[in-house]
Amino acid sequence: MNFNLTLIMQAVAFTAFIWFCGRFIWPPLMRAIETRQKQIADGLAAGEQGRKELANAEKRDAEMLAEAKARQAEIVAIGEKFKAETIEQAKIDAKAEGDRIVAAARAEIEQEVARAKEQLRDAVAELAVAGATKILKKDVDTKVHAELLAQLKRDL
Amino acid sequence: MAASYESPSEYIQHHLTFLTKPVGDGGFWMINVDTVVTSLILGFIGLGFLWLVTRRATSGVPSKTQAFVELAVGFVNDQVKSIYHGQSLWVAPIALTVFIWVVLMNAMDFLPVDIMAMIYGWFGIHNWRSVPTADVNTTFALALSVFALMIIYGIKSKGIGGWTKELFVAPFGNHPLLWPFNFLFQIVEFVSKPLSHSLRLYGNIYAGEIIFLLLGMWAASGLVGTAFSGVLNLGWAIFHILIVLLQAYIFMMLTIVYLAMGEEHH
Repeated sequence: MNFNLTLIMQAVAFTAFIWFCGRFIWPPLMRAIETRQKQIADGLAAGEQGRKELANAEKRDAEMLAEAKARQAEIVAIGEKFKAETIEQAKIDAKAEGDRIVAAARAEIEQEVARAKEQLRDAVAELAVAGATKILKKDVDTKVHAELLAQLKRDL
Repeated sequence: MAASYESPSEYIQHHLTFLTKPVGDGGFWMINVDTVVTSLILGFIGLGFLWLVTRRATSGVPSKTQAFVELAVGFVNDQVKSIYHGQSLWVAPIALTVFIWVVLMNAMDFLPVDIMAMIYGWFGIHNWRSVPTADVNTTFALALSVFALMIIYGIKSKGIGGWTKELFVAPFGNHPLLWPFNFLFQIVEFVSKPLSHSLRLYGNIYAGEIIFLLLGMWAASGLVGTAFSGVLNLGWAIFHILIVLLQAYIFMMLTIVYLAMGEEHH
């Protein structure tokens, strides 16, 4: 253990090293570390914010979905009611139309029947005239007996 | 062993001799060239490495090297923050410098003494001691620098008057009868701080070096002894990793504590 000038030199070197470290190494490194820490903190805060927003959006989503479902049910109910009404109306319309067709057919049939009767009457009158003619062996003047024939036709 | 020795004490003596160059008259005016050169190289390597990393430091995703450096810096910074509560921004860089430098200087102990002696011999250098912290000049230089900084911090925070007053009124109290005792106590404290600070490091590393040398002497007893010496050296080297880091850590912690104490008001 003998002290000599080495002591002074080492102390000077130590001072120089401290100066260098405090001037060129420590501040930039700490700045980098602190900047990164801040960035990480900001990132975490942003993540937290994002998660909150996501939760809010999900809540809003659920609300909108429930609303849409309610609206859908309402629309379906209206549609079903409309369908039932339409069917009912259609049935009534169809029945009325059917009745009308049936009535028309019936009227036509009656008309046909009347016409057939008319023709039959004519035919019978002619037949009666022809028969009478044959019986009388004499031409019956249709003109003379027109009144008679018309009377006969009415009676038939 | 590169050279042959007459006796074990000569072997140890040889390994414990500094390469000394006188620069003036008297015992003080000498320089231990090995200590100065080795410690300067180590300081340049350590701080240069940190500086290179710092120059490329990014606040984005750090490289592995930067992450490693940041780990060391963060570790030092945490220690400083938990002990020192003053305003100075220089305490942390001082602690980092001390830690890096002392670790590297202590770690020179891992270099095998005889192989290093052989390598130094190739360059015509004899008596080159590799471990700067096993030189009492280095540890005292560091401890006295810290001591001076402690006084500077004290005067800066309390003013020259307040600092001088504290020499007499602390720790026992402000009473004229107590002044001499206070002053005596403070002087003892002032002497003991740098003394224990430097001698703790010096003693540990010097002892470590001596044990390496003693284990190395087994090699003088033949082949079996050489193998035995190798095993023992390995064991001691592994244990020495702990001592190297622990002593550097303690030295750094004491540096921070002393600087904090210097600024503290009693």
